[in-house]
Amino acid sequence: MRPLTEEETKTMFEKLSKYIGENIKLLVDRPDGSYCFRLHNDRVYYMSEKILKLATNISRDKLVSVGTCFGKFTKTGKFRLHITALDFLAPYAKFKVWVKPGAEQSFLYGNHLLKSGLGRITENTNQYQGVVVYSMADVPLGFGVAAKSTQECRRVDPMSIVVFHQADVGEFIRSEDTLT
Amino acid sequence: MEACSVEELLAKAEQDEAEKLKSITVQKELDLEFDIGNLLACDKNRLELRDLKKGQKKQDFLRSLARDNTQLLINEIWKLPTERVEGTIVAKLPAPATPLPREKPPPKPRPPTKWEEFAKLKGIQKKKKTNLVWDENRVARNEFNRLRNIARAQKVKVPGAGGLTPKAQQSKDELTRAVSVAKTSTASMGRFQERLPKEKPAKSSGKKRKFEPLIGDFSSEKEKQLELLKLMESKKPKLDITKAVNKQLREEDSEEAAAKHKRGAGKKNRRSNMGGKGKGKGGKGRGGGGKPGGKPGGKPGGKPGGKPGGGKPGAGRAGGGKKKGKPGKH
Repeated sequence: MRPLTEEETKTMFEKLSKYIGENIKLLVDRPDGSYCFRLHNDRVYYMSEKILKLATNISRDKLVSVGTCFGKFTKTGKFRLHITALDFLAPYAKFKVWVKPGAEQSFLYGNHLLKSGLGRITENTNQYQGVVVYSMADVPLGFGVAAKSTQECRRVDPMSIVVFHQADVGEFIRSEDTLT
Repeated sequence: MEACSVEELLAKAEQDEAEKLKSITVQKELDLEFDIGNLLACDKNRLELRDLKKGQKKQDFLRSLARDNTQLLINEIWKLPTERVEGTIVAKLPAPATPLPREKPPPKPRPPTKWEEFAKLKGIQKKKKTNLVWDENRVARNEFNRLRNIARAQKVKVPGAGGLTPKAQQSKDELTRAVSVAKTSTASMGRFQERLPKEKPAKSSGKKRKFEPLIGDFSSEKEKQLELLKLMESKKPKLDITKAVNKQLREEDSEEAAAKHKRGAGKKNRRSNMGGKGKGKGGKGRGGGGKPGGKPGGKPGGKPGGKPGGGKPGAGRAGGGKKKGKPGKH
């Protein structure tokens, strides 16, 4: 485990800012204690200072997970968000998409979201903007990327993709063995 | 009577005095041997056997002998220099002269180690080696080091101080460093330098990765991240073109919807006013072509409640075209 380098921090923040914008500040500077990002096995974990200090007692090869996994760095140095980060992204999300109850299951099985399943969408969403996907009952289901802007969404036919799937809470079951 | 008594008293006093003096001085045939350090006195005088025979006499004899000898020992102690410490008189005893036996048995010798046993078996003896070898070059090297120290003290850069100065015997390390320095000492920093077939790249050129400590200064880490965020924010483009276009599109849509609404509301009024005011408005040039075109499209679609289906696109296109032109002109 080690702190992120400046470059890694930048890559991760750029990815996070696609979903929560400048709200990253609220994750970095929390009033309820000192929280930090740490890299372990190419994965970025977000944890409190207290947990970090406790985790130092565990040897590197035995440590599976600590705090909350936000995502991982690929071999090419890109940052991929994991579904485990949803708890921290959902409250601060700037752009949201609500899924109709009928399309919820399809999304939770890892499919893209079609226009027919789109319940609501935040006004002024741009194309390729990171969005957090909610059910109509305001339960966060996952996140993705807007395939069309809000304006375009109104015009396209019902079978076209409006949100590209990135991660959904179904992964907690589907990829149970790889999520940390 | 009185005189007699006085004489008697004087005599008695004299006797007492003598006894007192006698009590301090003890006469012995042979002098005692003293070891003041151990507070030890040895009496080598002969003992009368008959003194030791009878019970009561023996006790008295032994007691007086012990007293006399102790007196002698005390006398001997008084001969030493004394001083007064916190109201008591103290004499400093000399070092003991009589060797005393030790309390515990002497320690056993350490059993020989395995190596010592082996060495004894093989007859290996420890030789003392001397590392000192006469070095002819030492004088020159000392002089060189002295100059280098002076240079370092004055912060002067010494050319080739990193082991590149020629020596009689250069190590492999120094030679490789010399090679890499020589190779990079070209105008292109060694970029076009030819390589030997199996030559490895220079090791020293690599940059070592260095990470912050795992548990370091949390506040400074936070500051750094906030600084980075601030920088990222400032680098964002101020005008997002797609966003601006979207905004424009949305405004148009809303305007259009508003216009449509108004027109729909106006139609009812218009019908009654058609004969008089309608023509006047048309004459002002609000769009002679627009009205007739809008009426047939709007009437059939609008009445059954099919506003979004047929009416919007037709009107939107016509209206949009006009409005798009307006902002461009301004």
